[in-house]
Amino acid sequence: MGETADQLFVTLQHWLVGYAPASLRSILSALLSVIAILVVFALLFAITTVLERKGLGRIQNRYGPNRVGPFGFLQPIADGIKSLTKEDIVPRAADKVVHFLAPVVLVIAAFSLYAVLPIGRNMVLANLDAGVLFFFAISSVMELTIFMAGWSSRNKYSLLGAMRAIAQMISYEVPLILAAVTVIMATGSLSTVTIVERQAGYTGILPHWFVFTPWGFAGFVLFMIAATAESNRSPFDLPEGESEIIAGYYTEYSGFKFALFFLGEYLGMFAISGLGITLFLGGWAAPLSFLTWIPSYLWFFAKLLVMISAFIWVRGTLPRLRMDQLMNFAWRFMLPMALLNLVTAGVWRFLPQGLLRWFVCALLVVVPYVLLGRGLAQGWRLEKRVYRFAE
Amino acid sequence: MLFLIFAMLTVAGAVAAMSLRNLVHSVLALTVAFAGLAAVYLQLGAQFVGLAQILVYIGAVAILIVFAVLLTRDSEASPLAIVGSWKGSGVVALAIFGILAWAVDHSAASRQSVLPQPEATMQQIGNALMLRFALPLEIIGLLLTVALIGAVTIAMREKKEMR
Amino acid sequence: MTPLTSCLLLSALLFTIGLAGALMRRNAILVLIGIELMLNAANLNFIAFWRYGPNPEALTGMMFVIFSIGVAAAEAAVGLALIISLYRHIKTANIDEVNSMRG
Repeated sequence: MGETADQLFVTLQHWLVGYAPASLRSILSALLSVIAILVVFALLFAITTVLERKGLGRIQNRYGPNRVGPFGFLQPIADGIKSLTKEDIVPRAADKVVHFLAPVVLVIAAFSLYAVLPIGRNMVLANLDAGVLFFFAISSVMELTIFMAGWSSRNKYSLLGAMRAIAQMISYEVPLILAAVTVIMATGSLSTVTIVERQAGYTGILPHWFVFTPWGFAGFVLFMIAATAESNRSPFDLPEGESEIIAGYYTEYSGFKFALFFLGEYLGMFAISGLGITLFLGGWAAPLSFLTWIPSYLWFFAKLLVMISAFIWVRGTLPRLRMDQLMNFAWRFMLPMALLNLVTAGVWRFLPQGLLRWFVCALLVVVPYVLLGRGLAQGWRLEKRVYRFAE
Repeated sequence: MLFLIFAMLTVAGAVAAMSLRNLVHSVLALTVAFAGLAAVYLQLGAQFVGLAQILVYIGAVAILIVFAVLLTRDSEASPLAIVGSWKGSGVVALAIFGILAWAVDHSAASRQSVLPQPEATMQQIGNALMLRFALPLEIIGLLLTVALIGAVTIAMREKKEMR
Repeated sequence: MTPLTSCLLLSALLFTIGLAGALMRRNAILVLIGIELMLNAANLNFIAFWRYGPNPEALTGMMFVIFSIGVAAAEAAVGLALIISLYRHIKTANIDEVNSMRG
């Protein structure tokens, strides 16, 4: 029973492909997977926009959208119709071709990120030998599309936003990749499927996820902070800080192109959360050994929803950073922590199993954290805030 | 067939990169050429190199060049985009292409039979990097550190001149 | 035409385009782009010989390209830093006007 439900979509795909002539089978099966990914994640995007607006509304002591459909859950349809029927304005000075290409390339790149994410058991589009590398290579293409958008608009706010975005993404890409490298060191593989398989199995009822080791925990936290910065989410949303530079690199976009940017940004966030789940949270594996009867893809999406809620929560809670704080944090805290975490993972690998390695590795994580945090907080003068101009 | 498409993409990108007037357009065309080359690498079975090509060339080098273009913007106004001695340069380039093409066509290597696709798993590449090529890897690490420090020192504004 | 020949011809073409651009264009950044293209042409040669040449198990050609990509990244960083610093001094990135040794 559990087995059938788990492999439901895989069997369905095999069954559908079975009707095609033999020469077309591989193409058809890839096509089916691509369509499934497009539909599922576009739907998730629609749901997330409502959840985010409602969640932020609750945090800010208001209702959020509640007019369209039951509890406002049909709001994305209304938004979609609105953005489709709006006039598509291209500034006269803009570079028309690049201005058009930027959102298109962004969305294509964002969707192709999902090719290497194992959504469930046997459910991955391309089990590449270098899957993690593929993910980072494609996400570096997304940086270029942001530059294209900002530059082609011929607007100083767009250009400023794009420059901020690229500077931020390059700075945080380093700790992001270094945090992922610890997992690659531990598993000895760049393939996402193998990484998930190495985290299978349970001790008692607890799983062998990498997040439950000192280096894995530190790596996960570093990874998620860097992922927030990579996807330009609050508190790292300087590139689109509406109170300073309107909407950053997509100031000059309207109508459907704006919707595409919105889609690309959220897809990037889902994909990088999905990679975090794959690397540290055991991918599609169940969190407790007696829950394995629930289908694997449900676990993946449950974990993804938890991550999304965390993103929304963080967005509703933390204020935006300043540019110098952002850069200081990346280079003076994240980078040394990520490098030390590599050492910790190595020490963990070569110490014998037992309490000793837990103690040593926990020490290797906590001591630098305290020291670096102190170093970062050295210039701070925490005092009661005085509003000089708001009398 | 697939190779031909990628090759045409690469050449078109390269030609556009070297002939367009607008510098940013040049860089964007250059990324097309890099992407085409990465596709050629993937098609030749060099997965790691193809992906590293995208990561380093499109994700780092192209963005670096774009930053440099925006920091040194005067070129859009310049009326002459090419140097005075362009005819001589063109002849030199064409002559070199002729020699290369002739050499490729007449070499013995081009008449070899095609071998089956060689294996190059990540495991093998990692082993090779860590065992046989460990010293070059360390030297590359050192070189990159030196280049990082050097680039920062060169590009940093000199404080005394500012005042 | 064998696959190796077509790869080598593509590489030769790419090299020529890069060379022509590096020799003909005025802007220093475009010269750098031309040099990058030439480097890439060389990389393609290494990969083609790794794939179609004898003894591919040794991975020598592939390793050379991996190191070459690393060197190219360093080269681009230093080259662009030089161009920016040059631009600060003489307010141009035009190589025809960079003809004095006085700085």
